[in-house]
Amino acid sequence: MSAAVVLQSEKDDVRHGERPKMGPVLHAEGLSKDYGPVTVLSNVTLDVFPGEIHAIIGENGAGKSTFMRLLSGYAEPTSGTIEIAGRNVRFSKPEHAQNSGIVLVHQEILLADGLTVAENLFLGRELMRNGMVDDRTMRRLAVEKLSELGCHVKPNRLVRDISLADRQLVQIARALLDDYKLVIFDEPTAVLTGGEVERLLALILQLKRHGAAVLYISHRLDEVQRLADKVSVLRDGKLVGTYAGSNLSQMDMARLMVGRDLAALYPQKRNGAAGAPSLEVQGLVVPGYARDISFTARKGEILGFAGMIGAGRTEVFEGIMGLRAAHGTVTLDGQTIDIRSPRAAMDAGIGYLTEDRKGKGLLLQERLAPNLTLSALTRFHPSLVMRRAREQAALVDAVDTYDIRLKTLGVRAGQLSGGNQQKLLLAKVLLTNPSVVVIDEPTRGIDIANKAQIYAFVHRLVGEGRTCIVVSSEMQELIGLCDRILVMREGRITGEVSGDRMTEHDIALLATSNVTTAAE
Amino acid sequence: MSTLVGTTPLRHERDWNIGWADVGPFLALLVLLVIGFIINPDFLSATNLGNVITRSAFIAIIAVGATFVISSGGLDLSVGSMAAFITGITILFMNSMAPEWGLAAIPAGMVMALVIGTACGLMNGLIVTVGKIEPFIATLGTMGIFRALITFMSDGGTIPIDRSLREAYRPVYFGTVGGISVPILISIAVAAVASFFLYKMKYGRKCAAVGANEDVARYSGISIIKTRTIAYAIQGACVAIAAICYVPRLGAATPTTGVLWELQVITAVVIGGTALRGGKGHVWGTVAGAVILELIANLMVLSDFVSEYLVAGVQGVIIIIAMLIQKFAK
Repeated sequence: MSAAVVLQSEKDDVRHGERPKMGPVLHAEGLSKDYGPVTVLSNVTLDVFPGEIHAIIGENGAGKSTFMRLLSGYAEPTSGTIEIAGRNVRFSKPEHAQNSGIVLVHQEILLADGLTVAENLFLGRELMRNGMVDDRTMRRLAVEKLSELGCHVKPNRLVRDISLADRQLVQIARALLDDYKLVIFDEPTAVLTGGEVERLLALILQLKRHGAAVLYISHRLDEVQRLADKVSVLRDGKLVGTYAGSNLSQMDMARLMVGRDLAALYPQKRNGAAGAPSLEVQGLVVPGYARDISFTARKGEILGFAGMIGAGRTEVFEGIMGLRAAHGTVTLDGQTIDIRSPRAAMDAGIGYLTEDRKGKGLLLQERLAPNLTLSALTRFHPSLVMRRAREQAALVDAVDTYDIRLKTLGVRAGQLSGGNQQKLLLAKVLLTNPSVVVIDEPTRGIDIANKAQIYAFVHRLVGEGRTCIVVSSEMQELIGLCDRILVMREGRITGEVSGDRMTEHDIALLATSNVTTAAE
Repeated sequence: MSTLVGTTPLRHERDWNIGWADVGPFLALLVLLVIGFIINPDFLSATNLGNVITRSAFIAIIAVGATFVISSGGLDLSVGSMAAFITGITILFMNSMAPEWGLAAIPAGMVMALVIGTACGLMNGLIVTVGKIEPFIATLGTMGIFRALITFMSDGGTIPIDRSLREAYRPVYFGTVGGISVPILISIAVAAVASFFLYKMKYGRKCAAVGANEDVARYSGISIIKTRTIAYAIQGACVAIAAICYVPRLGAATPTTGVLWELQVITAVVIGGTALRGGKGHVWGTVAGAVILELIANLMVLSDFVSEYLVAGVQGVIIIIAMLIQKFAK
């Protein structure tokens, strides 16, 4: 395979080209992590040198965060070793990693809102003087530390009153109070705006100049390209390779992140022309999550929504369903529909399968029949009194239609496997007889056999003349299933791919960089 | 593709699927009766038991309403003072109508009590759902308001019912039908209607869904606001029914009417098997819970182990123990 050849030669480039003077700060050797029978990280070997920014990229679920958790003591490897500055270490707690000089800057802001900047900075390690908390010194040191990072918030302001970017800098300053050899940034720019991103990138370059090793985890390829001396690509828990940053274009990165062959999971694509417009969305705004969302889904079509986590895909559909504040024009078969209440959306004929099956989709403590009919109570029980026999008959029917595997009809929803829960959820939404079915992450946490079945059900739905919209973080799922894919990035639709252009490479580009292809 | 699922034997299994929350309260009740008998054989006499259960009727009726509120994920601390407020306003209304309408003032007053109770419950509900105020705070506020209103209406003293009405109204608390006291019959009727609501009607399904997982209910197109507000209104109606039964007992409303009833009501619901965090409600368990509380108080009076002044303390201990059991049984 050509990729393997490239990999080898580029690796050699790295070794011969800029041989580092010092030994690695971090040497991970054969790191693996299993959760039960599932291997999420397999045999990853990686070196990070001082004064070097080493980026780790990969699709959602490629193992980036697991790798980071192993390095920072939040999880222990199943096998493999970690060496810090040549010494073998084992971390069973985050503090151990911290003591060895590994500092993790979390993606989320983990600060106490109601305390001041200085108090947060020294939380849990307050400076003492004569048995009392030494506020003055802490405030002075806070000003010093923060201005080093280019942050000029007053140390006595409450964290809840400062901007998100400043909060992140406080968080970074807090991490850097310890002695550090290796700083790990986990998607640090996810919450920042353009100017704030620039400030942060400058800060990371400054850390590098001071001789720190930096691990930079991101799926924003433009940032990676600007920053990284080396880029390691993870895919399906395995290290694809480590490359010199300067040799790698964003195209290359996207190709390396994806590039696997599709299994015969997906039904044959139907070659029928799509029908009349079914769901039309014009200028939808979901404040804080998405804006300028306009698209049309046609009858008998499977329309995909791609994008990285946080791109606003789920929020768009929660907005349309009235589950989230949103405004814009939504029409279904030419009729404008009210998007202020979930009930109205369902009655109009839109069904939505949430990505959060366990938290928002099913009552896990309840039995199957009440779960099945919860969205369609009125349809099942037109009078005030419930008709249990009808409900039970519907359950028997659903178990048969959707091949839900269970021991007895009396089990609780929480006792079903993930795949069977998803089938139950599908049956539940279909009971409202929607003409448009939106499925968010249709196969998250589902084994391969159930996946294939779900895909077959999706095909059956459109075969019945319904419109199906599939929202997914798995690009190959969208490519295998959809007729057309819209790609979102940072709350906007950045493009559409269909036909020959429906490749992981094209989607990854639209999802991760500013390149916009013509929507044709 | 289809699995072989035999449906007939499966339905049987469903019927037999009974958990601790279903039988626990009744077992506890049984154990308590045995203990009571050992301590004092008089305890099991028909007169004593009849008296105890009659006294527990107010709490039982209100607690049935609280089962709706708690099942839907809410809480109502105002029930005790609301009961006092409704008692007071009902008596005032009956007294003022008595000269004109004679005995017809009694049923008119009862209807008005129900209307006021439902309205009070509705108000609690709207503050919680539309106003999005924590149930604890919202009903703590209305608890203070109702208590202040009854104190104000009674001028700190008592509001007695008119002499002309007293005799005619008496049987509502002191009367018997077929040897069973009226309050007991009323509480059984309230519980029966409530269990029909909760187990046989769509509303009950919605109520339990909202309490078990608000998100799932929302994503299923169920209106949280409507469901929870109705639960509070039902609670208000139940408080009114209890107040109607309470009027003839003392023949008056005072600023101390219904003090600490909220503690007993919530305790009855929780020991009845309904989870305080919401979910499936256990109406008959709640009734058993109310009886258990009154039995314990009665045992304390009959035996000399614990001073009867400590009754509220014992009830406080019981609710904490019940919560601990719910927590660690999970």
